[in-house]
Amino acid sequence: MKALLAFVFGLVFGCGILISGMGNPAKVLNFFDIAGTWDPSLAFVMGGALMVTAIGYRLVFRLGKPLLANSFNLPTRQDLDVRLIGGSAVFGIGWALTGFCPGGLVPVLGLGTAPLMTAAAILAGIVAARWMIQLRYRKAAVEV
Amino acid sequence: MTEFTPLLSFAGGMVIGLATVALMAVHGRIAGINGILNGFLTTQFNQDWVWRAAFLAGMIVSPLVLLGLTGQMPEISAPSAPSLLLIGGFLTGIGTTFASGCTSGHGVCGISRLSARSIVATVTFMTAAIATVFLTRHVFGG
Repeated sequence: MKALLAFVFGLVFGCGILISGMGNPAKVLNFFDIAGTWDPSLAFVMGGALMVTAIGYRLVFRLGKPLLANSFNLPTRQDLDVRLIGGSAVFGIGWALTGFCPGGLVPVLGLGTAPLMTAAAILAGIVAARWMIQLRYRKAAVEV
Repeated sequence: MTEFTPLLSFAGGMVIGLATVALMAVHGRIAGINGILNGFLTTQFNQDWVWRAAFLAGMIVSPLVLLGLTGQMPEISAPSAPSLLLIGGFLTGIGTTFASGCTSGHGVCGISRLSARSIVATVTFMTAAIATVFLTRHVFGG
């Protein structure tokens, strides 16, 4: 039941991505191109998603706990660190080179027209970053 | 040029929001695609792996369902050179993993909860993307 519902939510999420234009790199890159062929559409995607989520989350949290899990799994950290800001900057550069954010790419994979090398490169980047983070923690542990 | 589609984009955003809220209501989970991919890449095929795999499978079949419902293939064009598609993808994977989130995790889920980390992350990646496109299109590009 949990898996089936997750499948349905992924399906709905993917449809939203495709309807909104987030899966179309040409549109995403034009959103970033303020000084050129600017297409502000993606601001409306964020607006629609934030409106529904901000209100929806508020109502959902009133339930006290999720319908099919024991608790809400939420990040609790509030500090700003180099990893967050540096990582985000690197992501912004990468996103601007391809036009694909991770959420924009996955639904396009099903169309068969997505560049598979971008998908492979994103997965490789995730694994590489995990390895680098682990290495750093191990080093920090030795130093302490 | 791409066509300005405020209504369609807003509606698509609302659909993204709906799925995001539903995943929290039922599974108690953040609908962050980087986080889901990260958790999917494991050798421990437990319950957490199963919902992530199912969510990703749903995303992958979504264009076919949309095609069945509307009779139209969504328009996709990736204008970047192959080398950039490769380098950019790698940077995207590294960056979102270091930042613990991408457009969906920080940009939608985090900002909806007014998380300071997510607001800073979103402003940072948007600014970096705008600066990068300015450089590639107006400084170095044609």
